[in-house]
Formats: sequence, structure tokens, C-alpha cells
Amino acid sequence: MRVRGRRSRSGKMVAPQPLRVVRCGGSKLSGARAAFSADAKYLLCASGDYVKVYSTATEKCVHILQGHTNLVTGIQLNPQNHMQLYSCSLDGTIKLWDFTDGILIKTFVVGYKLFAFYMLAGSEDSVFIIIPKNDEDFLDWFQLVSVKLPKTPDQEVEAKELSLILDDIGQWPKCTAFGREGEYVASVRGLHLLVYFFKKKKINRFSLSATSKKGANNYFTCVACHPKEDCIASGHKDGKIRLWRNFNHKREYTFSTLHWHHDVVMDLAFSVEGTSLLSGGVESVLVQWRDGSDYKKEFLPRLGSTIEHISASPDGTFYCTSHTENKIIIIHSSLSVSAVIQGLVKGSDVKTGLVVDPRTKALVLNGKPGHLQFYCLQTDKQLYNLDIVQQEYIHQIGLNQVDLVKAAFSAQGNWLATVEQREEKEVELELQMKLWNYDEQTQSFTLNTRINMPHEDHVTALCFRDTDELEDGTPTLVTAGNDGRFKVWVLVNDSDSEKPSMGWSCDFVGSYHNYPATNCCFSEDGSLLAVSFEETVTVWNSDTWDLICTFCHPPGRIQNLCFGRLSCSKYLLGTTDCGFLCCWNLLSCALEWSAQLNVMVLQPDPLSENIAAVSRLLEGSDLFVFKPNEPRPFCIQRNVCRERVQCAVFIPRDVPDSIGSEKHQWLSRSQLYFLTETQDLLTFSTKSAEERLTPSSRQLAVEESLPMTPFSLLLGKHRHQQQSKENADLDTAVVQSHLAQGSPAVKELLHTSAHVLPSASFLCSIFINSVLISKENKSAGEVVDVVEMDSEKAEDESDEDLELTEMEQDINPTEFLGEITEIKLSKSQEKQLRKIRRMDYSWVAAL
Amino acid sequence: MGEFQVHRVRFFAYMPAGIRCLAHSPRSARLALARTDGALEVYNFAANYFQEKGIPGHETRTTEALCWATGDRLFGAGLGGDVSEYDLEKLRVKYSLDGFGGPIWSMAADPSGTQLAVGCEDGSVKLFQVLPDKIQFERSLDRQKGRIMSLSWHPSGTRIAVGSIDLLRVFDVKSGHAIQRILVDRHPQGLYRRECVVWSVAFLSDGTIVSSDSVGKVQFWDSEKGTLLETHPVSSSAVLCLAVSEEEDSIVVGTSEGAVYQFQLLPVKWGSAESKWVRTKPFQHHTHDVRAVAHSATALISGGLDAQLVIRPLMERVHGKGYDAVLRKFTFPHRRLVSCAKKARLLLFQFPQHLELWRLGATDSAGKDGDILPVSRAPEHLLQLKSKGPEHICCSCISLCGSWIAYATTSRLHLHRVHLENGSVRVKRVSKVPKLLCSAHQLLCSADSTSLFVASDQGAVHVLKLLEPGRCGHLQTLRPNSGSAQAVYLLTASVDGDWLAAASGDWEINVYSLRHFKPHCTVPVYNCAVTALAIHPVTNNLVIAHSDQQVFEFSITDREYTTWSRKVQQHGLHKGWLERDTPITHITFNPKQPAHILLHDTYMFCILDKSLPLPDDATQLMNQTTLKQLSEKARRGCAHAFKICKKYQPLLFVDLLEEGSLVVVERPLMDIKTQLPPPVQQKKFGT
Repeated sequence: MRVRGRRSRSGKMVAPQPLRVVRCGGSKLSGARAAFSADAKYLLCASGDYVKVYSTATEKCVHILQGHTNLVTGIQLNPQNHMQLYSCSLDGTIKLWDFTDGILIKTFVVGYKLFAFYMLAGSEDSVFIIIPKNDEDFLDWFQLVSVKLPKTPDQEVEAKELSLILDDIGQWPKCTAFGREGEYVASVRGLHLLVYFFKKKKINRFSLSATSKKGANNYFTCVACHPKEDCIASGHKDGKIRLWRNFNHKREYTFSTLHWHHDVVMDLAFSVEGTSLLSGGVESVLVQWRDGSDYKKEFLPRLGSTIEHISASPDGTFYCTSHTENKIIIIHSSLSVSAVIQGLVKGSDVKTGLVVDPRTKALVLNGKPGHLQFYCLQTDKQLYNLDIVQQEYIHQIGLNQVDLVKAAFSAQGNWLATVEQREEKEVELELQMKLWNYDEQTQSFTLNTRINMPHEDHVTALCFRDTDELEDGTPTLVTAGNDGRFKVWVLVNDSDSEKPSMGWSCDFVGSYHNYPATNCCFSEDGSLLAVSFEETVTVWNSDTWDLICTFCHPPGRIQNLCFGRLSCSKYLLGTTDCGFLCCWNLLSCALEWSAQLNVMVLQPDPLSENIAAVSRLLEGSDLFVFKPNEPRPFCIQRNVCRERVQCAVFIPRDVPDSIGSEKHQWLSRSQLYFLTETQDLLTFSTKSAEERLTPSSRQLAVEESLPMTPFSLLLGKHRHQQQSKENADLDTAVVQSHLAQGSPAVKELLHTSAHVLPSASFLCSIFINSVLISKENKSAGEVVDVVEMDSEKAEDESDEDLELTEMEQDINPTEFLGEITEIKLSKSQEKQLRKIRRMDYSWVAAL
Repeated sequence: MGEFQVHRVRFFAYMPAGIRCLAHSPRSARLALARTDGALEVYNFAANYFQEKGIPGHETRTTEALCWATGDRLFGAGLGGDVSEYDLEKLRVKYSLDGFGGPIWSMAADPSGTQLAVGCEDGSVKLFQVLPDKIQFERSLDRQKGRIMSLSWHPSGTRIAVGSIDLLRVFDVKSGHAIQRILVDRHPQGLYRRECVVWSVAFLSDGTIVSSDSVGKVQFWDSEKGTLLETHPVSSSAVLCLAVSEEEDSIVVGTSEGAVYQFQLLPVKWGSAESKWVRTKPFQHHTHDVRAVAHSATALISGGLDAQLVIRPLMERVHGKGYDAVLRKFTFPHRRLVSCAKKARLLLFQFPQHLELWRLGATDSAGKDGDILPVSRAPEHLLQLKSKGPEHICCSCISLCGSWIAYATTSRLHLHRVHLENGSVRVKRVSKVPKLLCSAHQLLCSADSTSLFVASDQGAVHVLKLLEPGRCGHLQTLRPNSGSAQAVYLLTASVDGDWLAAASGDWEINVYSLRHFKPHCTVPVYNCAVTALAIHPVTNNLVIAHSDQQVFEFSITDREYTTWSRKVQQHGLHKGWLERDTPITHITFNPKQPAHILLHDTYMFCILDKSLPLPDDATQLMNQTTLKQLSEKARRGCAHAFKICKKYQPLLFVDLLEEGSLVVVERPLMDIKTQLPPPVQQKKFGT
């Protein structure tokens, strides 16, 4: 979750903890090549300002490495220590992490924007980075430089010893690659391939002509080097892959060409042994070329969207592809998909706006073309994709696809209405409305009714009547269209057909002077329907469909419309395009108040009376939160973001958040998310930056996914014993962290690895202080005792602990075994096993 | 009104025959090429790939294999079962010897050039001994089952690798026994597995055998152990031919899809001895089967059934930008196939087995420059003359008045008297043509149509007297003083009938005085082949074009190069002119503009104006379009001697008729392609 340094500028508000705008969920996973850990158990990928550690087996995010303050542009495992990871970022630092524990070990400050990072196994103390040549003069001029990483024990070190390797190269990490054993580096830019030989210190430059008679487009897009042979693979804009050999000669170089892709080759990667080459592009097909031969290629098609990056695991079991739709696919080396890590799909335009699924509280918006995605913000994970259009997506430039434009849920989430449209020219418009029923059995939406051309023109709004579905049996949907009508659709029984089935049909068509209908919404109890026709708001009785009254605030056209909630349900709010926010009283049928505010988005909180309005002045968007019964906003947040806010939504919290500040009480029950023009999903946080930085929960020991066998249990027991002996303090830390939750000093002391800790004398006072504060608490005292206990006792206790956990585990592994191999141990066997386990096998370690 | 009225002739339906095999001799820098109609051509690489020699085809001769022995002796073998040696001086088959093994599919000479190995239909490999003036059957290696499709000698001359159907064999030459038998993968598709034809093999000096087969694979085998070293699937159809460079670091293969691939032996890592064969460059210059490839030191040469000879230079081996560094495609012979009767406005087209006589069309309207005039009288096909016998026509000519047609095959000369009266054509064969001992290589009628010049062996030119009404007699035989052994292949006579110039195969040009029937002088021998000759009608200067694109003017009366010619040599020709693709095949003159020389090659037509200054490298060579946009005054300042027109392509013939009209004979490549059988079906993306 991204932390933005922007603070509220409003001087009047003096809050103890100012409200901060934070970037939440779904930052781009495909910004840089992902990296595998040495054993291919974890996948590391740069995601916004963080590095995320995923388990390749479970697709779960194990750790989030936080610490960079700008986009992370490159990650690479430390070739000297496979448990460590280097990352570089636009903030000008290189950070070294222990990714299994999620700990920042070291920071090297370089001071330039870093665009890529490379490290070789051979050179221990120097790394290679791509930096801009000069911050202002050459915007498009980048250099590859080597940096000497100083060996000092400090946690933050300045690394300023730069030496230039290659000048005028491409900024993208995939445009530069290091060759076999670091003998050379190849870089591509435009029509040139540059190869620098470290030993001879010479540069060879190979150029291609821009185009040929046959329509080739020879611009380089990416480069990869063979790990064992002297061979460079380069990708080109017209889909060709060239394999360069003999490039240590200026004249006698040669290349062979592989051509399958019909469009740009986005990335190339060699397998660990170099026997196969992987390539990918917009075709969303992963191509594996064996032995660099045109005839031995294999495909993994239908990967969903453009492949942006490819990487291979060091042990050769997995490949992974990063896609534009914010997805990483982990692929087994036999070319079968093994896992999918899906982030929030960000299209070019979110036409449906942000919708909340009432059932799962998930955020629902446009996903892949023609799909609706359900995204859980708490876990930052896509729940599922619903195929709405149900047509094959064809990638072709200039082809008009069917677009999903509107979606709405009924109050209980039983019904989903979607509108899709396809616009060939101005005159030809294809519209289709689909109504989906939630099927409890399959736990998904099934298509109930399909309505062709629900309106003659674009559908501008649709909403369900928020009634208690038990009370009033007929679900009702209202759509408003540019053709000047609003239509009421109800669920009716199709008695004609033999099988009793339910379908939706049009119940009422209303219009008002044939003005285009722009908005519609139901009051909270569902008795009133407000529909806006250009400048006029009309209010209709939802039982008889009679026009009750009209409101208008000339000359402005109505842009947003909503009813007040709970105690404020007598108010109707509307915004006009001439910059007014109006509040009408439905009882008196009069304007209650109005305010001059250029509101872009008006969003009521479903759980309270609060209404959020985002306005835009010349630059920057401001947020106002108010209750309709009083014209004064109780929360003003200026300049929440620089861009236009496209849409916003309140998402109810599972557990009401305890917020100390009175000002921010409105955020306690539901959280406000909003989407900007640049497709950034932002939210508000009341917590301070420091608090957010310390991860809420640390998984200390990452589960080992070893298969459970009697022997592994046996060995495991012994290993546990040893570990507990060595890390007695770690064990106590587990206990302590529950008790002394409030003291970050202790946490820091216990979670940081020993070799990066400051001296003990320095820590001592902090540690003792933290313990002293919690003296009132008796249990804290006990914890201190635990620390001071002699080792023998600790061992005993941990032994007992182990006993307990084992008893618990006892059931699980056998169940696990039973599921997989269907071998159930008989009771006598179990007893025997237990006996074996009790015996002391410490002699095994001695062997 | 433009300078010329142009007859744009496109009715010459010439079809070049497909190329069947190639043999490159690095020692003499020559390439021998055999076509499917049995014709043989020899290209001289030293003389800018000029087609130096040609032996016309024969109905019954189908050459399947060609090889050079000791650098200058050329042997051919074919499905007729004969092994023959070609006489490259007299341009005919010297002798033939039956192999007694059925049709011959392959032949190779051993590295020392003393033995020929011949692979026959019946499965035998026969060895012939190459003696100074003949070959002699020596012995037969162990006969095996299956026809021998291909064979290759080991560079040491002790082993022969043989490609047959479904298998490869290695023979020991001394014992004659097969010492290795290697099975090749069959075609994997289909219900029944199709047999796999090993189309071509090559034996490398390290004992590796390279094979190319009908499955589409190029495979590398260890001849000692009989194991497969590397496999490279190259094509989904057959790989028909392969050739290895002399250094054995590069291989070229040709497929039936028209593609040519290069394989290179490249080190896996720098400095390590381990290296492997990598398929590097694909070339798709052909549309049909590539039946033959050759590997010269600087270029890949391929020839296919689409009749194209493609010479693709290897850039890394060519130094500098020059003639060698450009891709060459030859479709048409470097010989004149069209003769023109200027006075009668007739065109004679030479085909392998017949001649066609056409009358040019005419128009009665006039137009501006660049206009297409309507044809008031369509061109008319007057006559088709079929040659008798299985031999193909090697040369032909028509007299300027159109009343005599002469053509020659390898063994006979034929002469016809043509009577054109009011549109009806009568042809009478001249029955008593003097029996000449040697064959005719070029024919020419004198300007007044009273004598016929026949170019023959050993530099001799026979002069025949044409007598009315349709008789002829032998008048004289002109022989050079030097006693050249090579045949004459170019002739030209002066309009006034005083001089005759003849160029022979050793690039010597002899000028004879026809008044005295004796040699007048010899033009100093230039070190490049002569491609065209002509004598100026007014000044009697001989204009000579060479294959390195040099143009000389030689004064016959003064027996020396003219001052203009010396000036040209001093100044040097334009770079763009020297780097042109094809040789100049015909020179003619405009009698009204004595300073003009009209030249053409396949891709351009040029008027060389001697009165204008020569261009230097800085100026544009092809400047006609830019000149058109300039004003009259500026145009005069910018004009230079070379006025080039590229409007008509590919050109087979250009000549100037009287009254300022020009005949241009084109043969569009598209027309040839449509005549070819459909190529191998290939899936093209997006279709």
C-alpha cells in the first residue's frame, strides 16, 4: 500500500493525526521482471513502491518489502547469498533485503534515479545500474554505470563511486543484458546493438536498416544473453527474434532469425541452461524455441493479455510471465500454467465506475475486456472474473469491441444488471442489457434475462430498488437512456413456458418532455424514484409510477443525483454542471440549501447519513464530507489528488475501525475509495506513515511445504529441537509479541537480524525502558522471567510446546496423507510412529 | 514529340529453362551451369560473372551432374546414362561414354582430379580414370540396392560418402567395400511412412558427413561411428542440394520452397575449440525449387527451376563496396536472342527449337513526349521456323532487308530465303549450304545482304556469299594471325562493308578487311570479357563494351584508341555506371547523330553522347528526371554524356530503326512466373 507524502494543507483543521491519501491495492505487478528465489518457492516482484514476495505454490503474498519511496524498477537475487534480494528504485537507492523474513538489511544511496539493476556472480562489490545522463538536458539519454558498493557495517551507506560502461542506451531493463559469466554486456536501442567486452574493454556496434522492402521493422525491443554460449537474442518490433553469434568480430558476426510473432516481441528469456528461449508479445502466447531452431517451437496460448516480462527460475522448474492486465502467471517448465497471481486489472477506462458487491464487499469494476472483476481490497486479490460479454476477445488495432459500460447490484446482491454496447459509427449502436441471478449452489452469477436494445440510445444510468426483498417480492430495476425515456423492469413469472421460470420484462416507460434522462436513483425505502432529465429532476411514486413533483436549478444540467439516508432520507441532493450542489427537501418540495461547488462525484455512504462530494477547481480535487441536513461539511480535505477523480465508492468495513479523531469518525464504518483519471485507486488513512510502515502481522516462520512422511516427521522433530535451542529468544519473542504488543522497540530488536543490529549497549536502555513501561501488566513481568530462564528449562519448555503442536499436527498430516495417497495408518502403526518419535534421535544430527 | 518513337515489344514469349545443376571451380573462378533443357553455360567470376560460354541444349540430353576436374575440364552426366566431357573451346560435347549402370544421378571428381565417381540407378558407384584426353572405366565399387542419389569424396580421396534412398553409405575406395551404413529418418507423417531420399551429401575433412534429404532436414553424421551428430530441420518439404565452402566453415543448402539457408560453423564460446553448426541466414530469392547451390569464397550461388541464377555475396567476406558486394540475379542469357531487319521492320526471335518472325506494328498518329500512341496496324506473326533434329538452335540472324534468315545448331547451318509480298510470306530453304567442318557460334549478315559471316572455332570466320534467288557459296575463311584456339562469339561488320570485327573466347578482337579478306589489325587485349561490339557507320570506329562495364572506342583506320576513348580512360567512368548489374549486350548507333552511341543491358538503355562532358562521381548518373524539371539553360549546364532510361525492364534487345523509331523488346518477369508450374504450397501469415 503506497504511502504518499501529501498531507492535508488545510490550516484550520488541527487534527491529532491528519488524514492522508494513500495508494491502495492493485498497484502494477508487471512493472519489472519478476524474480524467483533460488529454490523457486517464492516469486518476488516489484509492485509500485514495494517488493512483494509470493509463494509459488499457494499464490499467496507472503511478505511485502516496504521501504522505497518511489517506484521499484528492478530486483535481483544477491548472487552471493540466495536468501537476499537487491532492489533499486527511482528514489535513488539500492536496498538489500532478507526476503524470507521481510527485513531490510542495507540501503545504498546512489543519488540518481535508478532505472535498472544488474549484478553479476563474479563481481562481489560492484553492481550495474542504468541512470539518466543528466537530469534536465538529456531527457532521453541513459547510461549504464557500475557502482562500487562500499563494505561498511552501517545500515545506510552512500555509494558514489560510479564508472561509465555504456552511454546512450535504452532506459528499460530488458534492453540491456549481461552475457555468459559476465564477459560482455549487450544493450539495444533503436536500430543498434551495442556489445561491450569487459576484458578487452572494447565496444562493438551492430546496426540494422530501419525497414526493408518486405516491410520489416527492425527496431530492437529487448535483448537476452545465452547463459552458457556466446549468443545474444534480440527482439524486434516486427516480431522477429535474431540470434547473434560471432559478435566479437566486427565483420564476421552473423545472426539467424526466428519469426513467429506478428507484432512486437515484448520480452525474451533464456532458460537456465540456455537450451530454450522464451518469447512473448501482444499475441499473449508464450513461445518456447528449443535449440534456437525455427522448427522446434512450442506454444502456451491464451494467456489472457500481452506478455510484458518473462523470467525463468534458477532451478529451471518454473517460468513466469507478467502481463499488462496486472497479472503474473507462473508456468511450469513443461509449459502448463501452475499458478496465477492476479492484481487489480486496470484497463484504459473504467466505464462501469466503482461498484460494491453487497455479498462479498468486493470492489467491482471493468476487468479484462468484456469482463467484470471482483476485487477484494482487504487481501489485495482478485476474487474472480465474470465474463459478461461472452465473446472471444480479438486483439486487433482498430477493431471495435463490445464494451461493458454499466453494472449495478441489487441491495442483497441477488441480482446483477449489466449493460454492454458496441459503437461502430455514430449511427450504429448495439446495446444489450443482461440480468444475472446469483446462484447459491454454484456461488456465481448466472444469466437470467438478455434484453436487446433496452433503449434506443446510450443507457446513462441504472439502479435497483433497494427494498427488503422479503417484504416486497418484485425486484425492480430502472434504466435511464439518452433517448429521453426511463424504463422500469420487473421480474415476472413466465407462465407461458412449461417450466416455471423467472424473467425480466419492461413494466413502465416514463419520459419528461422527451429530454434525455441522465440519472436515476431510488430513495432508501424504495418508495420514490428520482430521474433527472437534463435540467429537471423528476420524482415518481414507485408504486403507481405517477409523477409527484419536479425540481430544477436553472440553468444547470443535473449531473449527479442521490437521496439522503437514514435520518436524512427526506433530502434529495443533486449537482449541476454549472457548479452548484443543491439539496431539496422532499417534504416541503423546496430547495433546502445550495452551495456553489463544482462537484464531479457525489457518493452517499450506505451505512450512514454521510455524503462525500469530490469537487474540482482549476487544479487538484477537493473532498467534502457532509450530512444533508446541515449545509456545512464536517470534513474538508483539500487537494486529495492532482488529477480528476473519476469515481468514488464507500466500502463497508468488516469490523468498524476505531478512529481516535472525531473529525474522521466518518471513516469508521466504511472506507472511501476513489479512482483518478490515471487509474490510481486511492483511499484515506488515519494512521501515521510510520505505523503503516511496520507490517501489521509478521509471519515469522514460513511454512515448509515438504511432504509429510514418517521420516520427515522424525527429522523435523529433531530440527525443531535444534532450532528452538538456538533461537530460544525467537520463541520467546512469539510469546512476547502477544503481550508487549505496544512496544515497537522490543519488536525491532527481536525482528531485526543480529548482524544488522546496533551494539548491545546502545539497545540495552531502550529494551529495558520498553520492558519497564509495561510493568503494570503482570504478564509482562513473567515474560521477562522467561527470557532470564536458564537454557535447560527453556529447552524443556519448548519440548513440551513441541509436544503440543505435534499433537495438533498429528491429525493434520495423516489427513493430508490420506487425501493424497489414500493410505491410512492403522492405529497400531500410529502408536509405533509416536513411540519412534519420542525416542531421542539426536545422534542422527551427529552423522 | 519525344526523341524517338518506341516500339515496345512484349510478344517475345521467351522462357528460360530451369537450372538443374551448378559446379563451381575455385581454381579457374568459373561456374558451370546446366539447365533442364540440356544447355550448358559457363560464367566467369573474374569477369564480373559474365556468361562466357554457352553450349546449346539437346533434346535427349538431361544433365543431372556436373563436375570440374583439375580446374578446367568439365564433365557432365545425366539420365541418359552417359558421362561426357565438354569442349569449352569449341563449345560442344567432346565425347560421351556409357556408364553401363542406367541413369546417372550423381557424379563427383576426387580432390586430385584423377578419378570420377559416378552414382547410377542400379546402385553401383563406378570409378572412371581421367586421362589427358579421355576418361576410362576403372572399376566399380560394391553394388548395393537402391539408386545412388548423391555422392561426395572425402578430401583425402580415400572414402566416398553416398546418399541413397533411406540410407547413407561410406565406401572405402581402395577396397571398394561399404564400410558404414547409416539409416536416415523416414518421413514421420502419414499412414505409410514415405521413403526418404538423400538428395545431397558432403564429406568434410574431419570425417563428418552432411546430408540433406526429402524430409527437410540437414543432418550431420560421424562417418567413423555412424552416429547422428546434429539435426537441423530446415524445411517442411525437401532440401534438395547443399554445398560446402572450401574452408569447410560454411554450408549452403537449397530447399524446394525456394529458400536458401546458410549454415556456419561457429565457436560456442570464444577461445574454446568446441564449435557447432548454426543455421544463420535465410534467403528467399527463388519462387520454386532450388535445384542447385554452390559456395564460392565470397558468395552463395543458387539456381532454381524458376531459371534464376542468384549470386548472394557474403558481406563479411567481401571487402569494400564494389561489384562483388551486390546481389545479382540472372534470368536472361548474356547473348543476343533477337535480330532485327531494320529496313523491313521485322524481328526474328530465337527460341531453343524454333524461330519466330514478326512484323512490327505501326501507328499513323503523333503525340507528345510520353504519350502512348494508338496502334493502327497490329504486330503480325509472320512465320515460325522449326529446327530439325534434336539439337537446339545456338544462333540466328536475319538480314537487314529481311530476305535472308540463317540459324545454326551445333552441327549444321541452315539458311532460308524469305519472300515478303503483299503480306504473304514464302520461305524457301537454301538447299546447298556449304558443309563447314566446324560449328557456327555466331551469324551475321552484311549490311547490303550479300554475304553471311559465320563465326567458328579457332578464331575463324567464314564468309558465305548470298546469291539470288536463294543460293549461297563459300567465299573465304578469315583466320587470325595469332592462331587462337577459342571460338569466335561476337561479330560485327561496318555498314560500308569494308570491315569485320570478331571477338573470340580469349577476349581477342580481330579486325579484318573485307576488301582484301585478310586480317587488318588486332585490338589490344583487355583483361576482361567482351560483351558487345559495333562499328560506327560514319567514322568506322569500333566501339567495344567489356563485362567490367568499360567502354572503348577504337579507330580501325588509325589502329589505335580514339582520343575520346583515351579521355574516358583518363577521366574514369562514373561509379554508378561501373556498379551496374548486367553486361551491355548490344550497341547500336544513330546515323543522324554521329556522336551518339546507343547501349543497353537488361535493366537500362543508355545514349552515350560523346559531345557532352563525362560525369564525375559527385554528379548524379541517372539525371534524366531531374533534367526534365530544369529550365533549358540550366539543363545544358547539368547534362552529361550518359543519358539513361530505365523505363523498359527487363530489356532483351534495343535497336534503332530508320526514321527515328526505336524497337525495345521486353520480357516481364511476371510473364515468366505465370508460365511456371505452381510452387510448393506454403502457409503465409495473414492469408
